[in-house]
Amino acid sequence: MRRGIKWSKLYLAAVFIILYAPIFYLMFYSFNSGGSMREFESFTLEWYGEVFSDTRLLIIVLNTLVIALLSSLISTILGIIGALAIRQVRRLQSKQTLLSLNNVLIVSPDVIIGASFLILFTMIGLQLGFSSVLISHIAFSVPIVVLMVLPKLEEMSPTLIDAARDLGASRWEVLTKVTLPFIKPGIFAGFFMALTYSLDDFAVTFFVTGNGFSTLSVEIYSRARHGVSLSINALSTLLFLFTALLVVGYYFINRRTNNKPSNAEVGP
Amino acid sequence: MTSRARNLYLVPYLLWIVLFVIAPIVLIVYYSLFDVEGQFTFSNYVKFFTPVYMKMTLNSFWYAFLITLWSLLIAYPTAYLITKTKHKQLWLLLVILPSWINLLLKAYAFIGLFGTYGFANGFLELIGIGTQQILFTDFSFIFVSVYIFIPFMVLPIFNALEELPPSLIYASRDLGASAWTTFRRVVFPLTLNGVKAGCQAVFIPALSLFMITRLIAGNRVITLGTAIEQHFLVTQDWGMGATIAVFLVLVMALIMIVTGGRKARGAK
Repeated sequence: MRRGIKWSKLYLAAVFIILYAPIFYLMFYSFNSGGSMREFESFTLEWYGEVFSDTRLLIIVLNTLVIALLSSLISTILGIIGALAIRQVRRLQSKQTLLSLNNVLIVSPDVIIGASFLILFTMIGLQLGFSSVLISHIAFSVPIVVLMVLPKLEEMSPTLIDAARDLGASRWEVLTKVTLPFIKPGIFAGFFMALTYSLDDFAVTFFVTGNGFSTLSVEIYSRARHGVSLSINALSTLLFLFTALLVVGYYFINRRTNNKPSNAEVGP
Repeated sequence: MTSRARNLYLVPYLLWIVLFVIAPIVLIVYYSLFDVEGQFTFSNYVKFFTPVYMKMTLNSFWYAFLITLWSLLIAYPTAYLITKTKHKQLWLLLVILPSWINLLLKAYAFIGLFGTYGFANGFLELIGIGTQQILFTDFSFIFVSVYIFIPFMVLPIFNALEELPPSLIYASRDLGASAWTTFRRVVFPLTLNGVKAGCQAVFIPALSLFMITRLIAGNRVITLGTAIEQHFLVTQDWGMGATIAVFLVLVMALIMIVTGGRKARGAK
């Protein structure tokens, strides 16, 4: 019995070591003065300095953050509207259809989303760049917000709304003072999911980004192919810490509100 | 009155569905019917059924199958062991955390780890095997893909295991079943839904991976995703790219119908 426990610990340890090895590997060499990921010469912060003096890279980081924040904000609003719409549909059949259509973008491979959006934007005549990337990120984040908000809405008893209406609240007051506060955890979860989706996206952006505009993933992709500079490592380290902070924040918000991390499926 | 309010919510949401779910699919199908010169033709479909593309498709499925299988084999014990730990939510979060880090950065780390002078080869040297070509092999491709998809497999399985009432296991053990029999006859069948959700979350993206094939497999592995990307962004043969995309959409729909039907039954 004791041996079983030991083996299981060993297995888990191995899995976690492999999961974190690449991340710590990148972080470790970001402090290497040697200039490559081969041998560690001595400790330096040179690469961090380089990140902050590389204006092009900084602009790209800024672009990525602006896209992520804007797209998750807008998609959260659209997602809430979508969830409200789906909830109010009475016929089961129409509801199912709406939900299936909603899920199409979640299960679609990124390549298909990217390719089809590229066709769409070219057809409309939209210039590829900031706006096309922003619109795509909004578009693929909406369904995940809907999926996060909808269960909370369904949890809400309709008597709450009836009571509010009885007591003289207007439709708008019911929405802002009763419904929205009730589904707040779902909204936050949706917003964070949209944020991470946007920050993590490479494939869709790669298709619709055009020439002049670039986000971090696309930039790393082109740099990684042309040989590597340790400033990318330094940047990864900074991003890792930022992401870890975001995730911990998300975890605590979730924990405070329902004591249990969301069970929603996380798509790639 | 209610119907008017409902319509108001539905308008933006349906607009989103039409613009970003229905229109892209229609456009992809439409484009697949034109060749490079813009002539209406079915030749793309004819071309798709030639040995070159068929072989690529089969290859793609085979790799996706291997990736899903290995992810499952590694993720199931991991999820199981995590449910047995003291701070299971924290451990689960730690499994998910790497998935929140930009995919490109992780791929980039593996280029370093698996390179000729990388950590992996240093280790092989140390235990006396000597330097091997790791990067740009099938092994590295599958390893990195499994690495990336593991969290998406662990999460649904973990949730399924959590929902399993422990009394069932006690009952099984009380009635004299061995640990292995309990697992095989009680635990595994009852968590099958989680396994299915996980396989769905891994298989579809694995079928259309394209960035990793470039960076890690060095163009040796050509998946459907790579082919779509090639046709759209390199050779500009949108028709052929769209044809492959149509095929992927059909496969996806099939998978969704199969798993969706099961989910409905499971919910009951």
